[in-house]
Amino acid sequence: MLPEVSPLDFPLPWAVVFLPWLGALLLGFLPRERPAALANVGVSAASFLLALALVWHPGGVQGWTQVDALNTPLVVLSFLIGLTTAVFSCGAVAAERFDAPRLRAYHVAFQVFMGAQALALLADNMGVMWVAIEIATMASVLMVAVHGTPPAIEAAWKLFILCGVGIALALLGTIILYLAAQPFVGHGDDGLSWTVLMGLAARADPGVLNLAFVFLLVGYGTKAGLVPLHSWLPDAEAEGPIAISAVLSGLLLNAALHAVLRAKAIVGAHADAVAPGRFLLALGLASLLLAAFALWRRRDARRFFAWSSIEHMGVAAIAFGLGGPAGNLAGLVHMLGHSLCKSAVFFGLGHAVQLRGSQKIADIAGLCTSHPALGWGLAVGIAAVAGLPPFALFASEFLLLVEIAGHYAWLVLPVGFGLLTATAAKIHTLQALCLGAPTPDAAAPAAGRFEEWFTLGPLWLHLVLALLLGVALPGPLAGMLGVAAGIPG
Amino acid sequence: MSFGQLPYDVAHLFGGAMLLLSFMLLYQRRVTAVINGLAIQGAILACAAGWQGWVQGAPQLYLTALIALAAKAVLIPLALRVLIRRLAMDRTVDTAMGIGPSLIAGVALVALAILVVLPITAGVRAIAREDLALALSVVLLGMLMMITRRNAILQVVGLMSMENGLILAAVGVAGMPLVVELSTAALVMVVLVVAGVFVFQIRERFDSVDVSLLDPHRGEGR
Repeated sequence: MLPEVSPLDFPLPWAVVFLPWLGALLLGFLPRERPAALANVGVSAASFLLALALVWHPGGVQGWTQVDALNTPLVVLSFLIGLTTAVFSCGAVAAERFDAPRLRAYHVAFQVFMGAQALALLADNMGVMWVAIEIATMASVLMVAVHGTPPAIEAAWKLFILCGVGIALALLGTIILYLAAQPFVGHGDDGLSWTVLMGLAARADPGVLNLAFVFLLVGYGTKAGLVPLHSWLPDAEAEGPIAISAVLSGLLLNAALHAVLRAKAIVGAHADAVAPGRFLLALGLASLLLAAFALWRRRDARRFFAWSSIEHMGVAAIAFGLGGPAGNLAGLVHMLGHSLCKSAVFFGLGHAVQLRGSQKIADIAGLCTSHPALGWGLAVGIAAVAGLPPFALFASEFLLLVEIAGHYAWLVLPVGFGLLTATAAKIHTLQALCLGAPTPDAAAPAAGRFEEWFTLGPLWLHLVLALLLGVALPGPLAGMLGVAAGIPG
Repeated sequence: MSFGQLPYDVAHLFGGAMLLLSFMLLYQRRVTAVINGLAIQGAILACAAGWQGWVQGAPQLYLTALIALAAKAVLIPLALRVLIRRLAMDRTVDTAMGIGPSLIAGVALVALAILVVLPITAGVRAIAREDLALALSVVLLGMLMMITRRNAILQVVGLMSMENGLILAAVGVAGMPLVVELSTAALVMVVLVVAGVFVFQIRERFDSVDVSLLDPHRGEGR
């Protein structure tokens, strides 16, 4: 068990959560576009620096929060993506044509979301984790609906209804989890503490733990976009403001999958409880295969990459379902790599969509000819998302296949088939979007060189980091991921 | 604790009454009657929470009861009434599934809840596990209501009925930390604010709150 941090210490995790929330308060008073976008970058940069300090945090439980090897990399990465998304949004927000109240709602919801997803990752108390995911959901509903057009409202309504049911079931799972702990802890907050639950899981009633896990998996699995509860995700990512797709894909799904992992760790600690890995494996395989086929039928570029998120969450779920140090390591690298690559693609694609005035794949063609810097950046990004070497997703998928071949040889065929089909679909889309004869731009004002770097800077930064993660994992990070891989069991 | 003891019997009475109201929500065709049903269910939930507070000697549950009474039995039903009057929706609405099949499905779900909960929680205190079976039934019936109703307001009512079931489960488990009750109350507030905004906007755009009208807007350009 991790060392207990004295409650008198500076509550760094809470500071990381509350800084964006204070920023949201500030942004609520900024009606002008340029100052608000710059303040958004400022708040995001300050949050990122503060989150970076978590790396040097001694770790352990502090009240309702905890810092360990599993959540530290996810939190730091989430604030890095928050910062790059804010920079991208700075260049892209003008094209969204918000009026003053919508602009304020957009920035406030963005920072509320950032704080809530950080709390979801940092929470030790499962009740607090649930509240955080619920706040993040509400903020994302607002972000998706902010345009107020019929498709945006339908997307937000679907997100609200499906995820509302999902988080309700997750709360039932949390209550049942406490029911399992109740004979040992008596009254008080301890009964929902993940650390305490891990300690007593081996003695708890296995039937109650099973019941709790089923509800937590279905509830948080809905938020993680696992099939068959995925149908909110493509619409939500296609209809909100462009910058929002990057954080929905990169951060919300990770926070939800992390919650599933915490639940899996508790149930997995009991020898007689049901093996939680098999459920994750089944849901992951269903997500991978369904998405691999669905990718071929997409005509909308943003929906295409949303389906690719479903596929990658499925791959990560398969990896965590296998479990063990190697499986979990593959899953973690996959989560981190997917966040980096997918948000890079959404930056490039977002810029292209604004240039061409349409998000149909057929209307965006020949980017490499008409806008070489953007086109090649997007092409490399799509290749990274497709799992081609040398980026992180190749490393994690390779690791996963090796692990599967070693233990569950029968799984190699379906997983390999799914991965290949999905990769082929992405190469196909890469060719359609980036190569060939260019389609005309929609009379957009010629963006200055300087403006273009709001897109290209974040895009290339993400790709370089994904490359580093893929070929040369830095020593300290490798050590941390190694420890983290032991946590979900 | 067994049958014939007052704390046990009264808790079951309240849980059973909530389940009965869930069935009522399932078969009512008139929107106003559905909202009345939701209000009564909220009031019974408040009684159940207050009773558990007294039995368990847990004063924080009185607060839960008060929040449930104020929000679920009074304020939210009032707001929904104002909403349907403004939308001129004071009439019967169609269900996606007939009344008969919905009730049969409802009975099947209750049987499922009892079959799932009772055997595997044999080690838990009787009052908690039977409350849990009732609560799970209410949750599942709320979900069924959301599936069988296409109207946006009735979907919100279904979601709130699910939440009533969740709180019934939370108060039935002795010593549940307060964080959950407060957060659930907060959830209901946020849910309604967000939902209210939606319903108004949907009305503005489509001149109806039937969500099936939204279906063409899938954005794939079919």
